[in-house]
Amino acid sequence: MANNAVKRTSLYDFANPVRFEAIAGRVFPFALFGALTLGALGLYFGLFNSPADYQQGDTVRIMYVHVPAAWMALFCYSSMAASSAAGFIWKHPLADVAAKETAPIGAGFTFLALLTGSLWGKPMWGAWWAWDARLTSVLILFFLYLGYMALWRAIPDKTRAARLAAILAIVGFVNVPIIKFSVDWWNSLHQPASIIRADGPTIHSSMLTPLFLMISAYMLAYIAMLLAAMRNEMMARRLARLEDADAVRPASVVEPGAVRT
Amino acid sequence: MNAFAAIIVRDVALAFRAGGGALQAASFFALTIVLFALAIGPDLTLMQRIAAPALWTGALLATQISLEQIYRPDREDGSLDVLVETSDTLAFVALAKAAGHWLSTGLVLIAATPVLALLLNISGAALVPLILSLLIGTPGLSLIGAFAGALTAALPRAGLLIAIIVSPLYAPILIFGAGAAAAGAAGDPQYSANLMLLGASSLFAAVISPLASAAALRFNLD
Repeated sequence: MANNAVKRTSLYDFANPVRFEAIAGRVFPFALFGALTLGALGLYFGLFNSPADYQQGDTVRIMYVHVPAAWMALFCYSSMAASSAAGFIWKHPLADVAAKETAPIGAGFTFLALLTGSLWGKPMWGAWWAWDARLTSVLILFFLYLGYMALWRAIPDKTRAARLAAILAIVGFVNVPIIKFSVDWWNSLHQPASIIRADGPTIHSSMLTPLFLMISAYMLAYIAMLLAAMRNEMMARRLARLEDADAVRPASVVEPGAVRT
Repeated sequence: MNAFAAIIVRDVALAFRAGGGALQAASFFALTIVLFALAIGPDLTLMQRIAAPALWTGALLATQISLEQIYRPDREDGSLDVLVETSDTLAFVALAKAAGHWLSTGLVLIAATPVLALLLNISGAALVPLILSLLIGTPGLSLIGAFAGALTAALPRAGLLIAIIVSPLYAPILIFGAGAAAAGAAGDPQYSANLMLLGASSLFAAVISPLASAAALRFNLD
């Protein structure tokens, strides 16, 4: 049948490193451009073109940076665990690289969420840090990222590091809801419920627009950073292989008549 | 099941012989409590209030420093290869290793707790909930810790890395454990809820940890 000759695109085509390189190179500028444009729009709407909160005043604008960062912190951990599972099951190096390179980006978003949460807390709670359930569980999530990254760094052999780190990511992912639940419980036991909640009434659409723009910008920024980091990592691995080959050659091939001084 | 018991007996025997870590972990536990008391000063009422959280934290840290000993010596002398090659189900081996660790560390820490609790001026009514919470919670610490030990079995200096990996995963057990001890001492009705959640955490670890440890061990052989 002539139809059989028509090539069907499957997920495996994207898993081919050479194809990935080409696609990543084409997608990257769009993702970056989109992230910057939407980010600028979101910040404009968030900082200038949205109402101040009747209770919190202008500090509520921290939300447009803070809430999407907290979402991305969880999203990156989930996608790290999903890539890890894919890498663990199909033993595909691209999935391993995706998981590895997601970790620092996710940790960055987590740190941003913690930092802006702390900046928000100062005027709201009167302290840089309150052991609020959400802040605390995000802090633990940050340490989960650090543990994952530390394990990758500690194991010299890349394949072994990928498998072991994948197991850790999956175990961590399974534990995230339990940690979240336990911290909520801990918080309700130990702390009087006197904190002014950031999320009072249902959110108005004038606040939803910048929030939506910002989450899209963050997502595109994640895609752009991930693609760039994955290409870098793969180039670095190729370079390391070439250097290994170079290091072997002079020792084995000695030109006759070459005089060493 | 015979092999299961044999692994436990072997690990406990090794831990209590010269160079084993059982008594070192207990000494470390005692020393953390002493250092902690030195840091807060001789205020007995304050000590009584923070005795249970301090003892829970001390037991957790003492467990952490002993985790490196679960798999690394076995990997170095080759017995891990034998265990992996000869076992039908590696997850059962991992469960036995965690059980051996608990018997030689967790149980020893619990045995040391009443004395240390006396030093911290804990009341008799608070001691029972504390011991009970440790009895239910420390198996979970050993299980999750054994997983971290399995992950890092091939690394020469894994102590600090194990602490970084395992501490976030310990958060629920610490919260429910210290919570149960505090609620029990205060006669709070949330005591039993905390104990049950603590038991659930330990049981959950008993399912996840052997499977994950077995997967990790396979990649840590040469």
